[in-house]
Amino acid sequence: MSVFLLKRCATFVVTLLVASVLVFAVLDLLPGNVAQVILGDTATPESIAALEKKFGLDRPALVRYTDWVGGLLRGRTALSHSYDTPTATLIAERLQVTLPLAVLAMAFTVLIGIAAGVYAAARQNKLGDVGVMALSQLGIALPNFWFAILLILLFAVKLQWVSAGGFPGWGEDDGGGPWAGFVALLLPAFSLAVVQAAVLARWTRSSVLETLREDYVRTARAKGLSRRAVLWRHVLRNAMIPVLTILGLQFAFLISGTVVVEQVFVLPGLGRLVFQAIANRDLVVVRDVVLLLVAMVIVVNFVVDVLYAVIDPRLKASDA
Amino acid sequence: MSGSALPGPLGVLVTPGAAPRTGFVARALRHRSFAVGALLSLLLLVAALVSLGWSPYPPAEIDIPHKLQAPSAAHWFGTDSLGRDIASQLLVGAQASIMVGVFAVLIGFTIGTALGLLASARGGWVEEGVMRLADFAFAFPALLSAIMLGAIYRPGLVTGIVAIGIFNIPVFARVTRASANAIWSREYVLAARAAGKNRWQTTWDHVLPNIASVLIVQATNQFATAIIAEAALSYLGLGTQPPMPSWGRMLNEAQTQIFQAPMLAVYPGVAIVLAVLGLNLMGDGLRDLLDPKLARKR
Repeated sequence: MSVFLLKRCATFVVTLLVASVLVFAVLDLLPGNVAQVILGDTATPESIAALEKKFGLDRPALVRYTDWVGGLLRGRTALSHSYDTPTATLIAERLQVTLPLAVLAMAFTVLIGIAAGVYAAARQNKLGDVGVMALSQLGIALPNFWFAILLILLFAVKLQWVSAGGFPGWGEDDGGGPWAGFVALLLPAFSLAVVQAAVLARWTRSSVLETLREDYVRTARAKGLSRRAVLWRHVLRNAMIPVLTILGLQFAFLISGTVVVEQVFVLPGLGRLVFQAIANRDLVVVRDVVLLLVAMVIVVNFVVDVLYAVIDPRLKASDA
Repeated sequence: MSGSALPGPLGVLVTPGAAPRTGFVARALRHRSFAVGALLSLLLLVAALVSLGWSPYPPAEIDIPHKLQAPSAAHWFGTDSLGRDIASQLLVGAQASIMVGVFAVLIGFTIGTALGLLASARGGWVEEGVMRLADFAFAFPALLSAIMLGAIYRPGLVTGIVAIGIFNIPVFARVTRASANAIWSREYVLAARAAGKNRWQTTWDHVLPNIASVLIVQATNQFATAIIAEAALSYLGLGTQPPMPSWGRMLNEAQTQIFQAPMLAVYPGVAIVLAVLGLNLMGDGLRDLLDPKLARKR
C-alpha cells in the first residue's frame, strides 16, 4: 500500500476517533446529569439514581466512553431508553430506508449535475449554458424540503400518481416489495438531488472549462480529434478531480438533507428515529445515530481521497 | 448601454448610461446580478423592519371563523387553518431569518476569521491543526449540531443560531487562511515585516484589510445558507418556536393542510427562495465588483 493511502487511512481513523469523542462529550458530558435530562425537571432523586444504575450512567466518563466505543467495535450497542432495544437493531431497521435513499439521491445528483455541467461548458456563453446556469442559480436557492413539498403538491395532490408519503417496505409480506419501495423513494431522492445537482453543475462547468484551456487539449484538437471526442476522452477524467472534492463535501449536506426530507415524506428512516428520540429525550439513540451519520460523511470523504489517487496517479506519486 | 436622449432635470438632453461612471455604486448599479440581488435583499430587510412596527394583523392572532380564507383585499395571501393572516406571518417571519442570518454569520465570521488569520500568521503545526479541525468540522452539518443541541437543551432560535454559527466557523477559517496566505507573500507585507512590525500588527494592518472583500462576499453567501438552514430547523421543530412566526414552521403547518389549501405551502417557500436568491446574486455580484480579475476570468 502506498504512503498516500497509509496517510489517508491514519487520518480517517483519527477523524473517526475525534468525532466519537466530540459526540460523547456533547451528549454525555455537556448535559451534566444525563439521567436528569432523560427524566426531566420533575424527576425524583430516587428515579434518577435508578436510571443511572440501570444504564451505567453513574460510572466515570472515561469508562463509559471506552465501553461505548468498544461495544460499537464489537457490534454491541447500548439499550435505547424509550424502546428498550439495542440501538443497533433500531438503526439497522431504519437504515433500510435511509441508505437506499442517500445512494439514490447521490446517483441522481451525479447524473444530473455532471450532465448539466458538461452540457453548459460545451456550449459556453450560448443559450444552453445561460439556461443551465440560471436554473442552477435557482436550484441553489431552493430549500430541498420545500421542493419536496412542491413535488408532493404536483404528483400526489394534483396528478394523484403517488401517495403523499409513507414507505410500503421492501418485503412483499408487508404489502410492499422492491419495486414499491423503490417508487416510494423516487420523489424524496429527486428532491434531495436537484439542489445538490445545481451546485455540482456549476463546479463541473467551471472545471471542464478550465481543463479545456490546457495545452494537451489543444494538442489533441490539433491532432484532428473532434471537440466531442476530446471532451469525452481527455477533458472529463481530468475535470473530475475537483468535482470529486465537491461531491465528498456535498455528501454531508445530502445526509442532513435526507434527515429533513424523510420528515416531509414520512419515511421511517434515521431522520424520524432521531426526531422521535429527541422528543423522548433518548440520548443514547441520538448519540449513536449522530455518530453514524458523521461516520458516513467521513467514510465517503475517505473514499473520495482514495479515488483521487485512482483518477490522478500524480497525487500518489507526489506523496510517496 | 445605449439609449435615446431624454430631457434632464435642467432641460439639458442627457443620454442614459452615456456619462462615465467610475464609482463603486455606479458600477454596482450597472451590474445586473448585483442590482437584482441587492433589490431582493433590500426587500427582505424592509419586510423585517416594517414588521417590527406594523403588520396587517397580529401574526399569531387566531381567528377560527375566518380560517383557510382565499387571498382577498382583507387577507392578501389568505389565512391558515387557525385563521392567522399569512401576509402578516410572512412579514414577521423575515425577522427570524434575518436574526439567525446575522448572528450565525457573526459567530462564524468572528471565530473562523480569527482562526484562519492565526493559521496563516503562525503557519507550521498551528496552521495544520486549525485546518484539520476545519476539515473535521465539515462532517458536522448545522442540522446534526442542532440535533445534538436540541436533544440536551430546549430547541429554539438560540439553538439554531449556535448550530448554524458553529457550521460557519470552518467555512470562514478556510477562506480566511487561503486568502491570507496569498497576502503574506506580497512585497508590501514583507516590507512591513522588515520595517519591524510583528506578525499580529502585520495581520491587523495589512492582511485583514486586504482580504476584507473576500470575507464580505463569503458572509453574504453564508447569510443565504443560514436562511435555508433556519427554515429547515424550524420546519423540523428545532428552530424558531411559537408564537414567533418562521417561514420554515409555516411550511410545516401548511403541509398538514396540503389537500385543502395547497397554496399555503407555496408562499413561505417563495419567500425563502427570493431571500436566498437575492443574497446569492448579491454575493456573486460583489465578487465580480470587488475582484475585477475574477470577473474577467468568469
